[in-house]
Amino acid sequence: MSNKRVVTATINEETAEFLCEPRQTLLEVLRDSLNLTGTKEGCSNGNCGACTVIMNGHAVVSCLVLGVEAEGAEIQTIEGVSCDGSLNEVQSAFLEGAALQCGICTPGFIMQTEALLAEKSNPTEDDIRFYLAGNLCRCTGYDKIVRAVMAAAEQRQVTTG
Amino acid sequence: MHAFDYKSPEVLAEALQQLADSDGSAKPLAGGTDLIDQMRTGRHQPTLVIDIKKVAELNVLECAGDGLHVGAATPCYRICGDDNVQQDYTALADACNIIGGVQIQSRASVGGNLCNSGPAGDSIPAMIALRGICVIAGSAGTREVPVAEFCTGPGQNVLADNELLVEIRFPPRPTASGSHYRRMIPRNEMDIAVVGVGASVTLNEAGTTITDACIGLGAVGPTPLLAARAGECLVGQTVSDATLANAVEAAKEIISPITDMRGTQEYRVHVTGVLVRRVLETAISRATGDPCVVRPGH
Ligand SMILES: Cc1cc2nc3c(=O)[nH]c(=O)nc-3n(C[C@H](O)[C@H](O)[C@H](O)COP(=O)(O)OP(=O)(O)OC[C@H]3O[C@@H](n4cnc5c(N)ncnc54)[C@H](O)[C@@H]3O)c2cc1C
Ligand code: FES
Ligand code: FES
Repeated sequence: MSNKRVVTATINEETAEFLCEPRQTLLEVLRDSLNLTGTKEGCSNGNCGACTVIMNGHAVVSCLVLGVEAEGAEIQTIEGVSCDGSLNEVQSAFLEGAALQCGICTPGFIMQTEALLAEKSNPTEDDIRFYLAGNLCRCTGYDKIVRAVMAAAEQRQVTTG
Repeated sequence: MHAFDYKSPEVLAEALQQLADSDGSAKPLAGGTDLIDQMRTGRHQPTLVIDIKKVAELNVLECAGDGLHVGAATPCYRICGDDNVQQDYTALADACNIIGGVQIQSRASVGGNLCNSGPAGDSIPAMIALRGICVIAGSAGTREVPVAEFCTGPGQNVLADNELLVEIRFPPRPTASGSHYRRMIPRNEMDIAVVGVGASVTLNEAGTTITDACIGLGAVGPTPLLAARAGECLVGQTVSDATLANAVEAAKEIISPITDMRGTQEYRVHVTGVLVRRVLETAISRATGDPCVVRPGH
């Protein structure tokens, strides 16, 4: 049974139209239909956060969203965070702070950090650890990631005044 | 995932009709944080998924003269971010703040938590303590069931195939009352409760005597439990160590925890006692006006 339907959403500030079956998750659609493979699949059951995207202003795990639920939604993925082709503050801070090794968790951490900084521009270490609790990293450990988020917050405050 | 059809009705009557027409082969979808994984693993294979999030009645979050109305599909982030909930229904805010992580809270609803009917569902003991009432709609009209009577077994509840949970309603907060929900987990965040306890307490004007108390327990039986006698034995008593000890013993009497990887039966009995005491202490402090801000993980 194929019951594909047309879904229209705004992805990284551009209108995207895609065909999808109700059984496809947003993660599958992003990766397999839209070729936005920056969003990663770790566990596909909501526990690891590798597939985190921002949907209508809120961080969600895209493996637990149906593609058809994206109708009319505004979605931001890792492909949409850089500024004019150069890394943004969060990306740079992760790179400079060696907050990644294999990197599969990184797009999810960066999207979750973006959601955190949109809510709290000057988070404490405690805020960061709580907010990132839904993102797992198997190789780097969390201290460097937390420090990178603090550095990113600081840098962004300098940039945006 | 198996193939299924998807509908997203915007009107309650339409959603109920679709549910009735599908003869038990449809599943409502709220935040999908339980259902989508259950479909992925093949545990549920509905032929139709009815996305109920666009139905206005299921999205209310309103505090009025007759109390608080929480639409069944209202996501946790809205509930724990709501000033009225934080102030007057604090146990519910406590629970919504620890369900999953931030990403899960963006989508997960308390209606889904309740309808999934897991023994460890975190919002359920909190809603029992706050004396929540489920408003259920079906083809034959609406009915009301206390949250404490909603779950009937692990993953089972009183809903018929053609019924939807519309909202959970809570009575107005009495003056000099406070509430709290807390769970024990081995990690700081993102885990399933070993034991969860919710309590609400009302004090007399002087703040010395308990005039009302209600306690809900999670993860210590096949369903979340109302610890009725534990609550009743506090009424009319002065706030003291001995008073709380009576409630602790009464709560322990009704539980039947299992042994699993999160803890032995004996451990769960012990932790129930510790948590009942701590949760009552916090609810009592809140009843006296101390907000007792709880930071998850601490
Ligand atoms: C990573 C992760 C962490 C989690 N952590 C926790 C946790 O700490 N504590 C906890 O308690 N839970 C946790 N959960 C489980 C889940 O997030 C919660 O149970 C959540 O509240 C479910 O709500 P939902 O809106 O996503 O429900 P859905 O998945 O949409 O629905 C759940 C079930 O209820 C039915 N249903 C939903 N709404 C209605 C309605 N209005 N009427 C009738 N039936 C309905 C659905 O058909 C389905 O069977 C976690 C899940 C994940 C993936
Ligand atoms: S892949 Fe979605 S949370 Fe792990
Ligand atoms: S860098 Fe490998 S999982 Fe995080």
